[in-house]
Amino acid sequence: MSAVRYAVGIDLGTTHCVMAAVDLTASDRDAVVERIEAIPQLTAPGAVEERLMLPSFLYLPHPDELRAEDRVLPWDESPPFVIGELARTMGGRTPIRLVASAKSWLCHPGVDRRAAILPVEAPEEVARVSPLQASMRYLEHLQAAWDQQHPDAPLTEQDVVLTVPASFDPVARELTAEAAAAVGLNQLVLLEEPQAALYHWILASGGEWRKQVRVGDIILVIDLGGGTADFSLIAVTERDGSLELVRVAVGDHILLGGDNMDLALAHAVRAKLAEQGIQLDPWQLQGLTHGCRNAKELLLSDASVECVPVVVPSRGSRLIGGTLRTELTREEVTRNLVEGFFPRVDAAARPAGRARAALTKLGLPYAQDAAMSRHLAAFLGRQVGATRDLEGFAGRLPDSATFLHPTAVLFNGGVFKAQSLLERTLDVLNDWLAAENAPPARLLAGMDLDLAVARGAAYYGYVRRGGGVRIRGGTAKAYYVGVESAVPAVPGMEPPIEVLCIAPFGMEEGTQAQLPPQEVGLVIGEPVRFRFFGSSVRRVDQVGTVLEQWTPEEVEELEEIEATLPAEDRQPGEVVPVRLHAAVTEVGTLRLEAVPRVGTETWKVEFDVRGEE
Amino acid sequence: MIDSKSSFFSRLALALRASWRMLVDGDFASGVQQLERGECPASAVVEPPKAAALRDTLPESALQLLTLLQQEGRFVDFLEENVTAYSDADIGGAARVVHEGCRKVIREYLHIEPVREEAEGVRLTLPAGFDATAVRLTGNVVGQPPFTGTLMHRGWRVRQITLPKLAEGHDVRVLAPAEVEL
Repeated sequence: MSAVRYAVGIDLGTTHCVMAAVDLTASDRDAVVERIEAIPQLTAPGAVEERLMLPSFLYLPHPDELRAEDRVLPWDESPPFVIGELARTMGGRTPIRLVASAKSWLCHPGVDRRAAILPVEAPEEVARVSPLQASMRYLEHLQAAWDQQHPDAPLTEQDVVLTVPASFDPVARELTAEAAAAVGLNQLVLLEEPQAALYHWILASGGEWRKQVRVGDIILVIDLGGGTADFSLIAVTERDGSLELVRVAVGDHILLGGDNMDLALAHAVRAKLAEQGIQLDPWQLQGLTHGCRNAKELLLSDASVECVPVVVPSRGSRLIGGTLRTELTREEVTRNLVEGFFPRVDAAARPAGRARAALTKLGLPYAQDAAMSRHLAAFLGRQVGATRDLEGFAGRLPDSATFLHPTAVLFNGGVFKAQSLLERTLDVLNDWLAAENAPPARLLAGMDLDLAVARGAAYYGYVRRGGGVRIRGGTAKAYYVGVESAVPAVPGMEPPIEVLCIAPFGMEEGTQAQLPPQEVGLVIGEPVRFRFFGSSVRRVDQVGTVLEQWTPEEVEELEEIEATLPAEDRQPGEVVPVRLHAAVTEVGTLRLEAVPRVGTETWKVEFDVRGEE
Repeated sequence: MIDSKSSFFSRLALALRASWRMLVDGDFASGVQQLERGECPASAVVEPPKAAALRDTLPESALQLLTLLQQEGRFVDFLEENVTAYSDADIGGAARVVHEGCRKVIREYLHIEPVREEAEGVRLTLPAGFDATAVRLTGNVVGQPPFTGTLMHRGWRVRQITLPKLAEGHDVRVLAPAEVEL
């Protein structure tokens, strides 16, 4: 451990990766020496530049498309693929060879995450990659970039903190850790992105954060990235006279982010052009999306601008004759973005549900309801009891409250560069609070919207070594396995199922759950599958608790788990009673084991990553 | 070159050095022979080139910058078009593409700052020893510094330039590849 010089934070984002580091030997308490690491990447064929962000895109070029010498990286490699800025550019022209949003695929329960399925639209001859491999490629690139700049402190010997969405399920966390282990990052811990954003806020305050919050505060972190929306609630408590932070709840995985907004605007403008009889090809639509993003940021951050021209350059060399000119007005941005994504709804609003039958085509399960405010209302409504049993919070929330009342908000993610989207979100929240006679939530200042997660993650690596306050919280769900109930089966009906709690809410890293008293039968030599469930609201269930009835709001079904007992000295087909044992590893992943009644052996229970048939 | 007013002793020293050199250096001897016949040896007429005051610049980074301007701002496309054929509105639309893209390149790769921080139009005084490369005097340029005058243009200076690293063997003469869609 003496070789560890840096705590490195890696934000492996849906659309961008960022890497930051804290120099452990040079930092002391609140005086933290940290920096963002530049990431060399191809920005054009044969041209390498250092950028602070690595776009999370992987392009698989045709053998004749790019010469090996035009793919060369500073670490003297010409891999047969392209990552980063150039990958994104080339993918815009040839989408069939572009892997994008690999992270969203990593937590897509409908597909086999270890199978080479990306790009989904690629023709036969393209050698596809799995979502897991794509994540490994990005990590390898970051690792090479680090090692080149720190030849005496290789990344595999540093403390690495890798961020994941708070809403990532155990499978996606496990796969992320697996990708990191595969590239040799063994000193690894996972950290939830909204927590990383809050750690950055603590870091940026330079020790002043203690004056900006007080015991009883509930901080709502709204992290709106390029591809996902992630909510977390963090309570401020007190222990032994000093402030402590406890993450009390996390939201669902919502595939809705800034890219959806830019696309929505581009489609609105395209419709306007279509009325004038102008049709855009996909290449032009891309240019339009780019133009709309810039126009949006200008319109939403400067109230005096009423309309911004948007031009779509021609594809050929005739620039003047072929360029389309249109404009984006404040009214259009307000209608499509502010009202479309952040409508003023009341606190009882809920997002429109998704019809499961719609999953006929292989694709990402994007959120069906684009209204971020409805997703937020649902989250706060469901978590109304999140602080009920928290010490010092009894009686703070009135019994009549229909949702949990945050007292402060921290925003994160590039979307909030548009100041009016931030203000609208805060307005909507404060309207809800006012309706229940609660004081308005205050805005926590000092954000770094694009880079905060990586910087906060690096700071967390430093904090773990005793340098500052830690956010407690543990797992944000209780976990259950489905067991068939003892009720006699009715022909033609699915046998009723009960769920048995095997891991309580809030298990900290490096801890083990108790062994449940109940046993389940495993058949020797055959894979046995169990239905697996999680609940983000049942905070009191202990190991061994059995639920006979529950609502989908309360307990949701996750992917199945599977155990296979090797035959060895037993008879194949024999049924062995085992108990299922849960532990949270130091890395931050959930580990399940089958423990037989006799003997000292245990068997690992695997998450099913193969997806639905 | 020998000064015409060289003293007898310096001419004697030259005669001794020259006669020795005529014995060991054939070229030198034939040169003296030509002088004796009244001809000028070639080397005496052609002045040896002075230490280079002018140099060729390498085209590589110029082409690289041009590539970036084309890539981001369609700069070459714009210049290569015949603007007289279009209305100002059409040109204006295209100019936005060029302006936005080229500005991005300039901001990203060159850190440009004004030479003088003062507002244009103010009176300022240049002390003796000012940098004549960075400040150009115009108009009634007489007398001795300090000079007092009006700032007509603030000037621009590049503080730092960071161009992308290029792969060995990359052909910088291709400013934009031809695109063929299959």
